[in-house]
Amino acid sequence: MYDVEAVRRDFPVLSRSINGKPNTFLDSGASAQKPQQVIDRIMEIYTREYSNVHRGSYLLSEEITSEYEAARKKVQKFLNAESEREVVFTRNATESINLVASTWGRKFLTRIDEVLISEAEHHANLVPWQMLRDEIGFELKIFKINDDGSFNWDEYRRCLGGKTKLVAVTGMSNVLGTIFPLKEMIRAAHDVGAKVLVDACQYVVHQKTDVQDLDCDFLAFSGHKTYGPTGIGVLYGKAGILAAMPPYQFGGDMVDVVTYQTTTFDEPPARFEAGTPAIVQAIGLGKALDYMQNLGMENITAHENELVDYMHSRLSEVKGAHEVGTAPGKGGVFSIAVDGIHPQDLAFILDKEGVAVRVGHHCAAPLVRRMGYESLTRASFGLYTNHVDIDRFIEALLKAKTFFAAH
Amino acid sequence: MNIEELIENFEFLDGWEDKYRYIIDLGEKLPPLDVKFHTDEWKVRGCQSQVWLVPSKRPDGSLHFEGDSDAMIVKGLIAIVLMMYSDKSPAEIKAVAVDDIFAKLGLSEHLSPSRRNGLIAMTEKIRAYAGIL
Repeated sequence: MYDVEAVRRDFPVLSRSINGKPNTFLDSGASAQKPQQVIDRIMEIYTREYSNVHRGSYLLSEEITSEYEAARKKVQKFLNAESEREVVFTRNATESINLVASTWGRKFLTRIDEVLISEAEHHANLVPWQMLRDEIGFELKIFKINDDGSFNWDEYRRCLGGKTKLVAVTGMSNVLGTIFPLKEMIRAAHDVGAKVLVDACQYVVHQKTDVQDLDCDFLAFSGHKTYGPTGIGVLYGKAGILAAMPPYQFGGDMVDVVTYQTTTFDEPPARFEAGTPAIVQAIGLGKALDYMQNLGMENITAHENELVDYMHSRLSEVKGAHEVGTAPGKGGVFSIAVDGIHPQDLAFILDKEGVAVRVGHHCAAPLVRRMGYESLTRASFGLYTNHVDIDRFIEALLKAKTFFAAH
Repeated sequence: MNIEELIENFEFLDGWEDKYRYIIDLGEKLPPLDVKFHTDEWKVRGCQSQVWLVPSKRPDGSLHFEGDSDAMIVKGLIAIVLMMYSDKSPAEIKAVAVDDIFAKLGLSEHLSPSRRNGLIAMTEKIRAYAGIL
């Protein structure tokens, strides 16, 4: 039995009051709160364990290096990667995607190729490919999704072809909540000889992720969305593919032999981690992944799915509220529009009621426009979200409706 | 009404509901902006709502501003900003202590960069106009 109230007690910020109201935090899709276990671990490191990694010939450095590498091992287990050498630490998912674009992309993409992405991508998995296209001259193709936000096999198959070199897709839309059928999509992409990058920022938070089962070539996620610190992200890449990629940035910790005139580079993942890494953040991320796995990814999924059903039923009580993105099996992301109320105005009222949501285009402006809006109000769930959060959100919506109806 | 009177009126308002109601009223009283100005040229960037600002220069050298937004509360906040800046000389515009005024109104949160409601961008644009017009 998933005890969400016990889980909530692990997150100290949730007990803080906001504008005199209980903290109703429904913006975990932007960044998640941190459990005490992660906060404590970060404190411990700075208090007793800190030094640089990979270079000191003393106890502190040995210890912290083994903790840092243990965190890599934890990511490997979290993703079920074959080896920890397939796990590269980055700053965030955006950097992970940029890393693939500027190293793999520059080396392997040519002007006669095609890169395929979906309509549902956020800017991080759109703009890097636009920039690379402008540089190399390949065609950037975008496959359509259905009006309800669901995946469209015909569209995907129509866009996939012999020229497709890379498919870069989100696992779960940060606006619509749609979960793509990744495994089948990846198989179809491999059938035409394309590599696949999964932007798993939202995906990994809400369900068990198995990169070997998915068979994806790259997968990117951010630590701050998985209840870990900011400033740490992950790029998973298949060993053979990473080994063929040139370095991303240059400096210390990624080199093999250096003379004044020439340098040879280290093997992955070190090749892609130039300079002093985000040591404490990586170890904090490891702790956060432990936290999620202790709760059990299947349990988290079941809990959130139940909340999705509850939100659907409560939202249907609010006349004039439209849910944008209603794909079957969607995850805990609700983008809504309310008749006659501008999202910005709505956000002012929700904030006064202690409800934290995100307003705007959610770093996915083309997608929000494609769905017929300029701006949306988004409530997103985390593993600590409970029924009371949803009730408060609905009550705040009703209050806003009454407030603006008077004008 | 000038800004001092507005600050006085605000002191009588209890709670955010009354305050926002009053702000919305200010927005509704704002002279309507001709829709021909609802274009990218006059748009203030970096806002979660659409915000437009149109400057013009008066014969006496003072600057007149018109503004609009598609969001009600933002439009009211624009009315407050225009109350501070419109029909003033460039020197007076530069002397406006916007942070202090918003603090006195209890609206400082609306000048926070994370809100992206365009007020900061708007005041910056007004100051830029005061420098070049």
